[in-house]
Formats: sequence, structure tokens, C-alpha cells
Amino acid sequence: MARITMREAISQALWEEMERDEKVFILGEEVGVWGGTYAVTRGFYDHFGGERVLDTPIAEAGIIGAAIGAAITGTRPVAELMTINFAFAAMDHIVNEAAKLHYMFGGQMVLPIVIRAVGGGGRQLGATHSQTPDAVFAHFPGLRVVAPGTPADAKGMLKAAIRCDDPVLFIEHATLYQMRGEVPEGDYVVPLGKSKVQREGSDVTIVTYSKMLELSLKAADQLAQAGISAEIVDLRSLRPLDMGPVIESFKKTNHAVIVEEGWKSYGVGAEVMARIYEEAFDYADAPVKRVAQDEVPLPYNRTLEQMALPQVEDIIAAVKEVLNV
Amino acid sequence: MSETVTMPKLGFDMQEGTLVRWVKAEGETVNKGEVLAEIETDKATVEVESSYSGVVARHLVSKGDVVPVGTPIAIIAQPGEKVEEAAAQGKAPEEAPAPGGRRPPAAGGEGQSAAERPDRAVQSPAARQTEKEQAEAAKKPVEEISASEEAAQEGDGRLKASPLARRIAREQGVDLRTVKGSGPGGRIIRSDVESAARQPAAAPVPAAAPQPTAAPAAVPLPPAPVWSGAAAVPQDEVIKMNRLRSAIGRRMTESKQQIPHFYVSHSIKMEKVMELRGQLNAFLPDNQKLTVNDFVLKAAALALREFRNLNSTVRGDEIVRHGHINIGVAVAVEGGLLTVVVRDADQKPLRLISQEVREMAGRVRSGKVRTEDIEGSTFSTSNLGMFDVEEFIAIINPPETAILAIASAKQVPVVEDGQLKVGTRMTATISADHRVTDGVEAAKFMQALAAYLEEPMRLLL
Repeated sequence: MARITMREAISQALWEEMERDEKVFILGEEVGVWGGTYAVTRGFYDHFGGERVLDTPIAEAGIIGAAIGAAITGTRPVAELMTINFAFAAMDHIVNEAAKLHYMFGGQMVLPIVIRAVGGGGRQLGATHSQTPDAVFAHFPGLRVVAPGTPADAKGMLKAAIRCDDPVLFIEHATLYQMRGEVPEGDYVVPLGKSKVQREGSDVTIVTYSKMLELSLKAADQLAQAGISAEIVDLRSLRPLDMGPVIESFKKTNHAVIVEEGWKSYGVGAEVMARIYEEAFDYADAPVKRVAQDEVPLPYNRTLEQMALPQVEDIIAAVKEVLNV
Repeated sequence: MSETVTMPKLGFDMQEGTLVRWVKAEGETVNKGEVLAEIETDKATVEVESSYSGVVARHLVSKGDVVPVGTPIAIIAQPGEKVEEAAAQGKAPEEAPAPGGRRPPAAGGEGQSAAERPDRAVQSPAARQTEKEQAEAAKKPVEEISASEEAAQEGDGRLKASPLARRIAREQGVDLRTVKGSGPGGRIIRSDVESAARQPAAAPVPAAAPQPTAAPAAVPLPPAPVWSGAAAVPQDEVIKMNRLRSAIGRRMTESKQQIPHFYVSHSIKMEKVMELRGQLNAFLPDNQKLTVNDFVLKAAALALREFRNLNSTVRGDEIVRHGHINIGVAVAVEGGLLTVVVRDADQKPLRLISQEVREMAGRVRSGKVRTEDIEGSTFSTSNLGMFDVEEFIAIINPPETAILAIASAKQVPVVEDGQLKVGTRMTATISADHRVTDGVEAAKFMQALAAYLEEPMRLLL
């Protein structure tokens, strides 16, 4: 098993799937000759050619619209959005077309589209380019939303997403591309819609995903030094949401903290918390707590940006509050 | 307007009832005449029918609660009435400040909520209350407040406990009102309930026993027993050891410290002994009847002929195997015991052994024991059979090498040839000196002993 970056893991998955299935093709801004804004598709243009690695105009609605049309004809497009914030420009195509055509036309067509979108804040890109609107997209039935937190999951889930006949929003966190991890070589596929315990523990359950998994693992290390054993459940997929491991863990620990990078209101944590109370009320020994981004547009100023984003210390404090220690 | 359902009087002498099961859950619609709950009285489990139609707004008692007759047990909201309002009016004893916590507002103060007065829960708050009623209402909970309690109750009288704590309390029968919460804001959490469950006696109990005539809302459960200190006890007593006690102590300590004891038990079939003894005793007058112990003494004496190591004394680096087989018999006396000796027991007939033991024991008990009665034993026996003893072990009586502990002969289930039968068994245990003998020899002796007792006619030869 090679220890590679998440960027390489994503690139590997794309490359392997394009080699495996000629119906798979890439489209997006600067994905071809330039090699991708985050250099994920570097070398693809030269290898697969301009017909399978398409540079598009700066027009997100056009990118997704073209992907939908192409998918209906039987191809498997992988559309790249430079940031998830630009998905708003394609919102109608994503949630009103891609997510609903299969249903509204009685299953006459499938839409095997993957929308790769770069999400998250922390890179001083300003309020409009730093958002984490994952919950917005996870709200819509018909659209799968996944957000891996490790290189291995990134590879395995992207391959699963490309092979999936439903439209999948694949959210890659901007600050995780350099993260290294063990990634199985070759045809490694991780099923979508499965949460995973990334660290076992007994005192408290931390439910998280994507970038916040990294922070939660650090928090768990520090908590362990304080004698607190945290179990970390990585959601990996937001829709469909697999609550099984979360509930199982909560029944064991009776305490939970949900950590998300997006805003708290109407967010992923709100959903997970509600489900915990619906499914495991009698196991709660303390109110579940959420750690999330402050309810402000994310500041450009570095200090303020970091203050608004969840930090390891916030997670530790929340865990201690939940455990009343 | 909501209605209150009370614990019904289901019999002339019914004082209280146990809520066995709620048939209608909170929020469920109930029609007049429908079964609302099941109540257990001293005599039977009875279904309680609702006298009202509406929606079950709130259960005022929980499953398993025991409440006096007349105690409100549920609030039924009228169709169309907001359940929450009705429920709020009828706040339960469970959640009212009943046994402790918050003091009621002063008489005449506002917000004399029905929570503190479940008997008037059906009324809208404040509006209908006269000053007199308020004064009465204010008095009741005061009597029931235990100063020692710090229940986790909020200002509205609601008990603060985590859902998990509530579930564990329900499962383990812990009354949450007696539990002190250690969570934020005094919330009762799992560890509080678990520690309360571990030491039920330590749960705070109202200092004064509730008055039987007190408001029914007070204590749904009968008061827990209260340890109010021991009654008058005798003073510690100091007894000087008499010479016998000192001698026993000295010799037994010496024996247990210096002799490496080991023990072998054997379960002996006693059916034939019992039968033979019955037959023989039919020919003997009452004061001469043979005891089981007589048979055991004779059998032990005969067996010792074959196992002379067990009838010996250690002397320096020599073992003295005694020629005589003199069997000691432990006899209890006031404050101790003495060992009387049947000399040459292997040669004496059963009837003589029996007679000697009887006479010597009599002399021991009457304080007229002779020196020769208690000296010269080469092997001892101790019999606790008359005290229904399963088995026991004895300490070797120096300078002997072994002692036989004889337990009760009992009827027990036994398996013989694959068949379950009623048999009579007696467990005997030999304690032996490992300097002289070993396990195999002791075990073989026990087999020999058992063989005599299992064919007791041999004891008559």
C-alpha cells in the first residue's frame, strides 16, 4: 500500500476509471491543458486527449447542463467545479434536473454524473469562496452527497461514485489535498453511504466527516492524554446518511459531539443530532453538542477566519462539556 | 377542561394500589369505559376504566408506583383541549416537589400551580383559589419536604435527569427523586443512578415517616426502612480462659503449626449400618442402644489394624507404631471438649464400645472424669453427625498421627447402575500427618473403613 496524498488518490481513481471505462470523461474549467486548478488532472489531457478531458467556459450551469445531457446519452461524465461555491450558479441543474430526471421520467434514463467540487474554508479565499454548504445539497433526495476525509476513502469512494448510476456530488476539501495516507493500489472501491468508525473509544462519540475528521482525530489524541476515550465516526456520505455506526457508538458511550465545518443552523450536526434523539433517546446521558463554524460569512482576515472555523480546542472543550469534566 | 383520574378504591379494605401497566399511553385517545390502566391490589390485578372521554394528557404515576387510594393518577384532557395545557395543570406527583426540593410559594403568592396540588389539578391555576385554599395547599408540601434532599428539580418542579438515567432508574427501580444529580445544573446522570442503585439503603429518606393521613400525592411508595441505631446491646464482655480452654488452644495451635496436615474425604454408604443398627437396637433397652458412632469407632479400629502408620506417634526421627488401638472420642463439655478413650477398640464388641463411650461421656459431662478415661488414645474421632453437618475436618490430636471427622449420615439422591435412587451417605474426612503417611495410604484407609461400614455384619464377628 502506497502512502500518497489525497490529490494523488483522487487522480489515481479518475485515471483508473477512465482506463477501465471509455464512457467516463472529464469536463470543467482548466481541467485539460492546465491540468486542473488543484492539479488533480495533470497529464490527463496528454494521455486521454481533448475529447475525454474537456476544458469548458467559466459557466457552471453550462458545465452541469452539458454533463446531464451527456449522461442521458449514455456517457459517464465527471464534472469538476472549481469550488462548491460555484455550484450555486448551477443550482437549478443540480437539484432540479440531475436529482430529479430519473424520478420524473419514470426511470427511463439514469444520470451517472459525478460532480467533483472543492469545498471548505481556511485558505483566505474570502466569504464567497470558502463556504461549506454540504447540508444544502444533502437536503435533496435524488442527489448523493459524499465527502471523504482520508486519501483511501477519496480514492475508493470516487471510483464508487463514477460507477454509480445516480448523480453524486463529490466534495473534496481544499485543505486536504496535501494530506497523506495509506491508499490501496489498483481497483479499490469503497461503497457509498457507509459511515465508518475511524477511531475506537468508550467515553464519547465524535461524529464528523471530511476536514473535521482530521481535527477530531487530533482532539481525540489530546483527550486520550486527559484520560478521555473518544470514538470517532466518520460519516463519509451525507446522503444517504448511514446512522448505524453512530447509533451503535452512542449506545455505547451515551455522549456525543458532532463536528462539522459548516454553519450550525440547519446543518449536518442538526440532522445527526435529531436522528440520535429519534433513535437512541434512552441512551443519552447528556445533551448532544455541536461544534461548527461561527454564524458569520467566513472572514478573509487569517486570524478572524481561523477564529470562525472550528478548531481542535473547540472539539476538546465540547467533549469536556458533554462529559461534564 | 381536563379531568383527573384517581386511584380507585376497589375493595372495602383497599388502602393503596400499584400501577401495574398503563394501557393508554400519554397522548392516546380514551373513551369513557375504556380500560386506562391495570392496578394491582393486595388481592388481584384489576383493570381501571376511564370515567371520561378525551386524550390522556399525562400519567401522574409511573409503572410500579404504589399510591394511596384517591391519589390522582392521570389527567384526561377534553377533546379539543390543548393537551399541553391540561398536562401543565396536572403536573404529576412524580414531577411535583412532593418529597423534597422546592418550597411552595408563600400563601397568597402568585403561581400556586396545580403542580403542588394535584388534588386540584383540574382547576385552572390561581383563578379559582381562595386564600384559604392557598394556605392549605401551601401547608401540605411543607410537611412533606425533607430537608436532607437536594433533588435535581428545576424551578418548575420538573425533575432533571438524562434520558439514560431515567431508563436505568426505571429498569432498576430507583426513585429518581431520591437521587442527587451531579451533572450540569444538578442533572441526574447515569453514574448517579447507578451509585444509588448500588446502595439503596443510602438513598435519602424523609426524616419523618409520612403521616398516614397526609396528602396522597406525597409518597407513592411505602417509606423505606430507616435504621435509627441499634437497640440496647450488651456491653463487651471479657472472659478469662479457663485451664481447659487454654490447654485446647495451646495443643491445637501446636498441632496445626507443627504437623503438616492433609485431608482425605470419603462418602460412605450407610444404608446397611442403619438397617443393622435398627435390627440390633430392637433387642436392646433404651439406655443401651447402639449409636452410628459406635459402628464407626469399631470400623475405624478394625481398619487401623491394616494401616498401622495411622495409629502411630512421631518421636524425633522415629515413627512409633502402636500395638494397642485406642480410639479417642471427642466429647463436648461446657466451654470445651475432652477426648475419652476406648482402649483396644478393635478387640471389643460393639456393645461394649457403646457402653464404655456412654459411661465415659457421662462422667465427662458430670465432671467426674477419670484420668484413664482421657489418656492413651492412639487415634481420635470427632463426630458432629447429630448437628446435620455436611462434612468437616478436624485438627490432629498430638501425639497422634490422624483424626477422623465424621459428619451426618443423610438421605441423598445417589446414582447406582445408572439409576437415580435415595441413598444414605455419610462423609468422613481423615486428617493425617504428612510426615508419617501420604495421601494414598490415607485414601486406602478410608476405603477400608468404608468397606467395614458398608458390610457392617463384619463388625459383629
